[in-house]
Amino acid sequence: MLDRMQRLRRGAVTTVGTATLVAVLASCGGTGPNNGQNALHPAGSSARKILDLMNPFFWVAVVVGAAVVGMTIYVAVRFRERPGEDRSPVQTHGNIVLEVSWTIIPFLILAVMAVPTVATIFNLAKIPKGPNVIHVNVDARQWFWQYEYTDKGAQFFTANEMHIPVHQPVVLTLTSPNVIHSFWVPELAGKKDVVPGHPNTLTIEANRTGTFLGQCAEYCGLSHANMRLRVIAESKSDYAQWIREQQTPLPETAVSRFNTLAKPWGCTTCHSITSATKDVGAKIGPNLTHVGDRDAFAGDIYPMQLDDLTKWIYDAPGRKPAGPLKSWMPAFAKRGMTMGQAQEIAKFLLCDTTTNPRLHPECR
Amino acid sequence: MTTVEDAHALVKTPVHMRILERPRATTGPWSWFTTVDHKKIAIMYATSAMFFFLVGGIEALAIRLQLAAPAGTILSAARYNEFFTMHGTTMVFLMGMPLAAAFGNYFLPLMIGARDVAFPRLNMFGYWVFLFGGIFVYSGFVFGGAPDGGWFGYAPLTSTPLSEGFLPGRGADFWAVGLIMLGIGSVATAVNFIVTALNMRAPGMTMMKMPVFVWMMLVVAFLTLFAMPPLTAALIQVFMDRNFHTNFFNATAGGDPLLYQNLFWIFGHPEVYILILPGMAIVSEILPVFSRKPLFGYSVVVFSGIAIGFLGWGVWAHHMFATGIGPVATSAFSLSTMLIGIPTGVKIFNWLATVWGGQVRLKTPMLFALGFIAQFTIGGLSGVLHSIVPADTQQTDTYFVVAHFHYVLFGGLVFAIFGGIYYWYPKIFGKMLNETLGKLNFWLMVIGFNLTFFPMHFLGFEGQPRRTYTYSKGMGWDALNLMATIGAFVIALSVLVFLVNVIFTARRGDLAPEDPWDARTLEWLTSSPPPEYNFAEIPVVTHRDEFWHRKYTEDDEGRLVKLPASDAAAIPRRREPGEPHNIHMPSPSYWPFVLALGLPIMGYGFVFKWWWLLAIGALITFFGLNAWTIEPASEEHH
Repeated sequence: MLDRMQRLRRGAVTTVGTATLVAVLASCGGTGPNNGQNALHPAGSSARKILDLMNPFFWVAVVVGAAVVGMTIYVAVRFRERPGEDRSPVQTHGNIVLEVSWTIIPFLILAVMAVPTVATIFNLAKIPKGPNVIHVNVDARQWFWQYEYTDKGAQFFTANEMHIPVHQPVVLTLTSPNVIHSFWVPELAGKKDVVPGHPNTLTIEANRTGTFLGQCAEYCGLSHANMRLRVIAESKSDYAQWIREQQTPLPETAVSRFNTLAKPWGCTTCHSITSATKDVGAKIGPNLTHVGDRDAFAGDIYPMQLDDLTKWIYDAPGRKPAGPLKSWMPAFAKRGMTMGQAQEIAKFLLCDTTTNPRLHPECR
Repeated sequence: MTTVEDAHALVKTPVHMRILERPRATTGPWSWFTTVDHKKIAIMYATSAMFFFLVGGIEALAIRLQLAAPAGTILSAARYNEFFTMHGTTMVFLMGMPLAAAFGNYFLPLMIGARDVAFPRLNMFGYWVFLFGGIFVYSGFVFGGAPDGGWFGYAPLTSTPLSEGFLPGRGADFWAVGLIMLGIGSVATAVNFIVTALNMRAPGMTMMKMPVFVWMMLVVAFLTLFAMPPLTAALIQVFMDRNFHTNFFNATAGGDPLLYQNLFWIFGHPEVYILILPGMAIVSEILPVFSRKPLFGYSVVVFSGIAIGFLGWGVWAHHMFATGIGPVATSAFSLSTMLIGIPTGVKIFNWLATVWGGQVRLKTPMLFALGFIAQFTIGGLSGVLHSIVPADTQQTDTYFVVAHFHYVLFGGLVFAIFGGIYYWYPKIFGKMLNETLGKLNFWLMVIGFNLTFFPMHFLGFEGQPRRTYTYSKGMGWDALNLMATIGAFVIALSVLVFLVNVIFTARRGDLAPEDPWDARTLEWLTSSPPPEYNFAEIPVVTHRDEFWHRKYTEDDEGRLVKLPASDAAAIPRRREPGEPHNIHMPSPSYWPFVLALGLPIMGYGFVFKWWWLLAIGALITFFGLNAWTIEPASEEHH
């Protein structure tokens, strides 16, 4: 017979154990915040396949883990030495049957796991072809993403914010001219490294409209944390509209005005801007042709607003750490730019490059 | 032609060509610089490694403070990157490996009934290279930038010349040169352990009678011996690319960034086992002692360890699943990764079966060992999930991976190390660490550890990448990050309790009984602390767990029966340090220290391209090497 204390203690142990287990399982059951960057909220066919593949084995792992942890606690409590007791435990040296079975059972579980794993590896490696496949070259820079849409009739450059139509595969070709980065939009697909000299491909396909966030997942230097991106999946007609807008050249007057504003500061040493007749500047920094249309800038870390844009142009290194990186936007404040001048350029970029000035209250 | 005898004559003659009088003292502060005693060297390893553990821990606390809330401002991006790089580098190269070297140094010779390691001066050299290498890597903080390219230092980020500004300072140079140095020390120690375990076992101790601890240290030594060369090659290439405009990893000039990753992980994955096998080694000794039962399935545990050692060479590309190496290669490495889970699982089940049916004494070492089993299993299982390649592409480089390897290396290795310290402290210092403080230490560490790292599994799934110094408010990661930060401070508190325990014990701890845990292996068959020569008489071994079998036997039903006290099980009285004896031991030496001292000087010469300094360092090294060569291992008796 157990005495009262022992029963109480056992009850307490069981209760605490069960409560912990329930808490752990409950937290496993939840799928976390709707932050647009949650691998447990798949919105793309690839992300969905990955989660469906992992889920059953995740739960097997949870059960095995709980069993081993439980067993560890159990043997410790069950076989613990009581005060004053001198037991003479049986000296078991091993047991062939037991040892063979706990070698073979994990082997079988892993064999079951291996089949769908290998199948999915090959499935995800397939590169779709056909007229409805969209192609985008992704060039990873320190620290932003340059996109080049390459399909016939839809060719242009943009940065950080990628638009794609729903239910249509988009094949990304990933390149980097500097260091290794990794392109990752968890709700659409697993990550793929962007390796200099090794162009990789990654297929994404959104199953619903929405804004999906991502960021560089391979440490790439000082502002690795500030190399974010977004993918906006929209209906076919919205996408077609966006493509038209992006291809609309800027009026010649706008480009001339930009040249006047930007000349003293040498903006076109790195940034390009396009009109019907001219493609001005270099593609070291993000393309500015329709920069005003994007939701965010500077590696998708600041919202596209007059205030943030002004501060950025005035002192970019103060707003995003770059250290001594050679190809980086200088602190124009130190080169004599006034806040007023910065604001003038910002206002131009915000209001004169956008295809829809009504987006920005500052432009009214 | 020179004959063997001529060669012997050549070695012997210069004995009298002494430059300095050979050091004799085996006590006093100076003796620590010249000692070749494996036990003293072990204590130096342990103290230095614990110091680095505290430094790496402080870096971790700073990292956690920065991430406690979104848009943290405790650290700048540059400082954060230095801290996470140095945290990883420290915990792997300056805490994990040297602590394994400390345990190995102290107990490998004792457990096989030897009087020292095979090459005592090489042993001393290994320690000083480690210490100087560690100081060298850290000196970047004052000399132009600490390492900031990650502990894995991927090229071309680290290998691009400084003038491009990919990384702000000279950190990568300090990192590459420092790690080459640390590698030299590790290889020296590995060779020493291998030769010692293979050649210096007491009479009767066959390989299959060696304690599991010795077996695992032997596997670790072989892994170290073969893992360091590819790392060294990669580091030399990084340094050449950075400083001499070679193009090993520069894609625009035909180099290959993935070559670096292959080289690094051919080192890096065996390195994981180099770190965890010593943990398994310690736990495999603690569990039987505190269960009063032999290790369940000794041969299976030994062979699983060996299997892990072999399979460990065939899984490196699972660190590269997202790099685009193609479906065939990823499938192959996925399968090999699943396979390595099997021997690991076998060990866990054997440990549980060891405890099953025992007389379990829940002392502090046992608590840490049990904590090891539970937490290491969780880390092992999340590791198995990584072998599902598609899932890994969602998990790699996120906080899920941070959770995974901390469950293995902290929940596993660090818990085993603390268990080992509590278990062997009376052996090393002759005093018992306080049990109450020990238990407080353990429970605080369990709570702190799980509070810190369990939430990170979720953070990874929810999209938080690792190595990012900031995150924004709207991501919904705030609460779990705060929880992790609080946990980190609970861990810090537990380490503080440990330090208090050590100080308290030094001041007025209880003197340890001769055999405080009713232990099983030969290190307990001598006084605590053991004399310089370990055993006055080398024990003759007839059983696995020899010491235990001198105290107990089994009846027909396998039950434990105590033998009457006998001379065979008698532990000799404690000797005072310096007490005279007639046993011939290797003599102290200056030269390994001098040789090791030349290396960091050469290192600074390389980093700053001060060729004159390089020449000075090379001269010191050459001088030390020569003086060492012409000096006999031990002096004749006078």
